[in-house]
Amino acid sequence: MSTRYRAGACALALGAAMLLPAAPASAQFDFSGEWVTPRAVIYGRTLSQQFEDGPDRADGPEMGDYTGLPLNEFGRRKADAWSASVLAQPERQGNPHPAQYSMRGGGGPNLRITKVIDPVTSAWTGLRMDGFYNGGNRTIWLDGRPHPGQYAEHLWSGFSTGVWQGHMLKVTTTHMKLGFLRRNGVPSSSRTTMTEYFVRHGTYLTVITILEDPDYLEDYFVRDVTLRWAPELVVGPPSIVDPSDELGDKPLGWVPHNPPGTRHTEFAERFGLPFEATRGGAETVYPEYQKTLAELIARDKAARSRQAQEPAR
Amino acid sequence: MRPVGTRRAVLLAAVVALVLWAGTARPGAQGQVETLRVQGQVHLLAGAGGNVTALVGPQGVLLVDAGSQGATEPLLAALRTITPLPIHFLINTSADPDHVGGNAAISQAGRPMPGWNGAGVSGAPVFAHENVQRRMSAPGPGDPGFEAPFWPTSTFFTGKHTLHFNDEPIELLWQQAAHSDADLMIFFRRSDVISAGDIVNMESFPVIDLARGGSIQGELDALNRIIDIAIPRMNQMDGTRIIPGHGRLCNEADVVEYRDMVTVIRDRVQTLLAQGKTLEEVQASRPAYEYEPVYGAEQGAWTTRMFVEAVYRSLEGEDARSRAAR
Repeated sequence: MSTRYRAGACALALGAAMLLPAAPASAQFDFSGEWVTPRAVIYGRTLSQQFEDGPDRADGPEMGDYTGLPLNEFGRRKADAWSASVLAQPERQGNPHPAQYSMRGGGGPNLRITKVIDPVTSAWTGLRMDGFYNGGNRTIWLDGRPHPGQYAEHLWSGFSTGVWQGHMLKVTTTHMKLGFLRRNGVPSSSRTTMTEYFVRHGTYLTVITILEDPDYLEDYFVRDVTLRWAPELVVGPPSIVDPSDELGDKPLGWVPHNPPGTRHTEFAERFGLPFEATRGGAETVYPEYQKTLAELIARDKAARSRQAQEPAR
Repeated sequence: MRPVGTRRAVLLAAVVALVLWAGTARPGAQGQVETLRVQGQVHLLAGAGGNVTALVGPQGVLLVDAGSQGATEPLLAALRTITPLPIHFLINTSADPDHVGGNAAISQAGRPMPGWNGAGVSGAPVFAHENVQRRMSAPGPGDPGFEAPFWPTSTFFTGKHTLHFNDEPIELLWQQAAHSDADLMIFFRRSDVISAGDIVNMESFPVIDLARGGSIQGELDALNRIIDIAIPRMNQMDGTRIIPGHGRLCNEADVVEYRDMVTVIRDRVQTLLAQGKTLEEVQASRPAYEYEPVYGAEQGAWTTRMFVEAVYRSLEGEDARSRAAR
């Protein structure tokens, strides 16, 4: 089996495994309510640190950290050229997180999921999800409506439809804007298709996300997040960003970017990793890469050792 | 010294190819035209060549661009699914055949608004910048141009012209030397929609038509002007909508991405030019590399190489003008 399909197969197997222990009689399941990412509780004290995806939820990843991302060369080069200073453009300051990223980013998410009910027929037509960063909130339509055509606008939230598979909800999202997979410039193109599986286990909700990006990925991008039911949570309205002038004398149209050939080596140096291992790619996604990584580390170690033994010139 | 004759021949060939390609009804142009309600009184009709914008209200219809010559019938059929009211105005955003090819038939399918002071015009008046008229009536070498029935009937040479129709203030904003020297952006102030013509093209790198007065800096100025006008509703969502010359509907955030892409490529080519690199060396460095999967093409009327060459030639020209001025 090619590596391209292994991630998808793994995700489906994981989804199926999660479904088996509590197969319900009904074909739909209620996800409505407030949900929060579980925080670590040590000795009865709740820490602000989340269990998972810390760099995505909090400070953000380091430049050049593409580890475990199935980036192709186009995506890698786009990430290398990205400069965080671009976020100072007034016309970017209020950007919500794109749907490709929002489920595991933005300090949470702290979600409120509500049913969308047709006011006339009382039919359950969708699920509304509020609480995403800067208001990139989503609606998952359950009424069988088609996705928009090729000329329709792309949104931060994309356009999502869902179908029930037992009590697991399969959601397909298209029409997303050009977004990112990590907040260090790793791109996710607007032609990406996102497939999600929502599974509830009592007071926990697991969401498995699979991205197919024909432009910037060479394999499936697969992640899962688990949320805890949190009836005490109050999801407020999104922050409305009032863009301010952070550019000083820079005119409209100033676009900071790194020149071609930029090497973000800081991350590799800080964690003692071979530079190649930080560059992502399909092979870095799979467990077999550990062997390659060990070989690369041994190679680098030997090189350093040789350098140390060479007489100073 | 570079062979000027060869350069001109390449540019001429590119223009001819563009004209032939754009004037030909492409797949979809003869078939289904997709209609999409944008917001306010504005609709998008796509699939008839270049995108067509329709302002539809109680007074009738104003169209921005007329699609390709062979696509008038499906275009009018699609318009009739929106309204039975007559076409009273047509505006051209450029002289490109996929935007003006339907001028004659669309104009004749309409009629002047009652009371309109357009002596001698039987169909709907056709507005454009005077450079559209110039390009269509006195085309350059190798450009077939258009016969008189296709020409605009009402042109202007100033930076801005205004109309008021369907209770909608409409600004026709001339953008000098962008995609060409005849570009108009049409701003529907009440509906909050900009019809941008080929200044924005979501299906390719912007066509910088040097032979028709386009330039990379003018293209960037035009994109920045759109960003300056557009106001998102909240956090870069919704708000002003921008209808591109080709491809999907946008809001400001999409134009910002497009502007950034064009700027990054311009900066790279400019750096290489300043280092004395030849066009061949610039092409070899692939300055548009990471944008190629989204906007690039190896074949067709506007390839990635043609775009990079246009950026290079445009900057080279600016550089020469700047040196001459010193």
